[in-house]
Amino acid sequence: MLKIDNLHVKLEDHDKQILKGLSLEVPAGEVHAIMGPNGSGKSTLSYVLSGRDGYEVTEGAASLDGQDLLEMEPEERAAAGLFLAFQYPVEIPGVGNMTFLRTAVNAQRKRRGEEEMSAGDFLKVVREKAKALKIDAEMLKRPVNVGFSGGEKKRNEILQMAMLEPRMCIMDETDSGLDVDAMRLVADGVNALRSPDRSFLVITHYQRLLDHIQPDVVHIMADGRIIRSGGPELALEVEKNGYGDLLTEAG
Amino acid sequence: MSDLAVKAKDAAPPSAGASKTADALAARLDVLTLPKGGFTAAARADALARLRAMGLPGPRDEYWRYTDPKAFNAPIPAPIPIEDKAPDSPLFTDLDSIRLVFVDGIFEAAESSDLSGEGLEIDLLSQADQSGSHWATDLYGVLETAGQSPVKRPFAALNTVAATEGVLIRVTGKPSKPVHILHRRASAEADVTWHHVIRLEEGAELTLLETGMVGARSNGMIEADLAAGAKLHHIAAKRAGHQKLGFSAIFARVAAEAQFKSFSLSVNGTLMRHEGVIEFVGDDAVAHIAAAVLGDGAKGPFHHDDTVFVTHGAERCESRQVFKKVLKNGAKGVFQGKILVKPGAQKTDGYQISQALLLDEDSQFLAKPELEIYADDVVCSHGSTTGALDETALFYLRSRGVPKERAIVLLVLSFLADALAEVEDEGLRSQINDRLEAWLTRRAKV
Ligand SMILES: Nc1ncnc2c1ncn2[C@@H]1O[C@H](COP(=O)(O)OP(=O)(O)O)[C@@H](O)[C@H]1O
Ligand SMILES: [Mg+2]
Repeated sequence: MLKIDNLHVKLEDHDKQILKGLSLEVPAGEVHAIMGPNGSGKSTLSYVLSGRDGYEVTEGAASLDGQDLLEMEPEERAAAGLFLAFQYPVEIPGVGNMTFLRTAVNAQRKRRGEEEMSAGDFLKVVREKAKALKIDAEMLKRPVNVGFSGGEKKRNEILQMAMLEPRMCIMDETDSGLDVDAMRLVADGVNALRSPDRSFLVITHYQRLLDHIQPDVVHIMADGRIIRSGGPELALEVEKNGYGDLLTEAG
Repeated sequence: MSDLAVKAKDAAPPSAGASKTADALAARLDVLTLPKGGFTAAARADALARLRAMGLPGPRDEYWRYTDPKAFNAPIPAPIPIEDKAPDSPLFTDLDSIRLVFVDGIFEAAESSDLSGEGLEIDLLSQADQSGSHWATDLYGVLETAGQSPVKRPFAALNTVAATEGVLIRVTGKPSKPVHILHRRASAEADVTWHHVIRLEEGAELTLLETGMVGARSNGMIEADLAAGAKLHHIAAKRAGHQKLGFSAIFARVAAEAQFKSFSLSVNGTLMRHEGVIEFVGDDAVAHIAAAVLGDGAKGPFHHDDTVFVTHGAERCESRQVFKKVLKNGAKGVFQGKILVKPGAQKTDGYQISQALLLDEDSQFLAKPELEIYADDVVCSHGSTTGALDETALFYLRSRGVPKERAIVLLVLSFLADALAEVEDEGLRSQINDRLEAWLTRRAKV
């Protein structure tokens, strides 16, 4: 599904190379985790895949179902099925959460040539999915992420993911700042979405999220590259020994 | 040269600069047919004397530094062709209201409602001014005069001198329907001056809507007097053609426990200047003045100036100024806002915010916020910001599949939300929001 090949990325307006030949493949239906020290380029990878300005791809390729992601506008990538749960969800004062969700859902449907969802249907579906994530009606009415706690923002990301039903979900440190209960809600939300034709790329620092969302493959990222890939046991190894050994090994 | 010019020269101090100004004023007045006035006669004569003493404004006048008054000073405005079809219908037309239609500033009885209603009386200035007495004698030009100090307002004085039409509304109760003044254009040359006087008696309430566009140039003024406990909700939605020149002013005198709220929506126009002058004369009153302005310089220059002066002359009054301007393609926005708290106006709560969203680097916002406080127990704050679109928010929306153009529209609306929130009535607010959205969407080419 997602294929990244020898990706090199630098900042557009600095001479700073962040991704230095990163390769990765996530087949349909699988959950892959990326772990790595701060500053290794995990968020940059997620931004470049979803089309944020400010980065320059100097080499390499990234595709979703064979479509060249790097050529597409962010909204086209979204309609093609890519979703990024932000590490720092953005506050948008003055735009209601509900309006935002509905605009997004219908914009994607329109782009795919599908019929828009009626207000009534939409409301029903949102309410149901919000309830599962313990997002109350009040939160849905408020402006996007404004005044939300850290945990509420992250749950709101998962709600968006659930509404948009993407095929490729990238989650950037969705677990950071969550207490145990919130983490379980998020994990349940993700697990409910797991299906043979949907894949996940879960960026995390901690093993504990991976206790709830069982990954098929764990990648260790350092200094803009994947330095090792393995099964779930790799995450346990990191949890126990830190990145030290792995980094020296990769040295 | 007319004899007015001679008189003007007599009144002005004998300096070369002053005489030049006097000539300009004389030329400006020369082309006008000044009404003699019935009940307004004395006010008009007073205003003419004031106007001669102050002359027309120039770039050296403190409140004309950011806005060049040349096009307002010119004797005759350049004609503006009538558009074949207006881009959208006037706002609020589907509302049950007391409709007063003016075509090029002339009352159009056939399209208007009866000039009566429960709880209010309405006269036309042109008709009422044929007689020597009217309740509006105490107000016509009177609030304007009060508002001339400490800041000179020559075009407001000119308005009092030259206005040929307007409505005089006295509200005694709580009319169930709003009064809706609709302006329409018919000629390319019209240079229109209108002057409304609104008096709300104790506890009376009125919603006043103004829509439409007029003339090649217009000078429109409202003097509003709110007695104790009265409520005036004023909403102006000006749909200017691309080349329009418009001066407007609202003078409000607000008595104890009264509430004055004025919101204006401005879209386009070559040169627009709006002056809001509000004075609290009784305790515990509230006055809010707000504007949402959209300017696109793509099809010609755009310059929009809001100049506001709020005087707290009583205790425990609350004032709020909320001004938001969205500018692109070299559009220019100006905000000059002052809060004056007089000695003894304790527990004043004064707030002012002016913000511009610049959609490109060619556009410009100039703000001059001022506080002058002579009482010690007050809370006053002001802020002004100029910024570009929030790129992070834009990316966030797009990453959810919202197309760029649509995302920009949402963010612009979100920027304007605080100003729109000043429209209390939810129905009216959503009509304005929809109109803004349609306008923005039409222009959201990237
Ligand atoms: N816009 C930016 N400006 C300057 N430095 C940046 C920018 N984006 C990322 N970086 C730098 O690139 C490196 C990788 O950052 P990031 O992708 O956020 O890493 P991670 O998510 O793994 O912590 C860091 O050194 C960070 O400081
Ligand atoms: Mg990160």
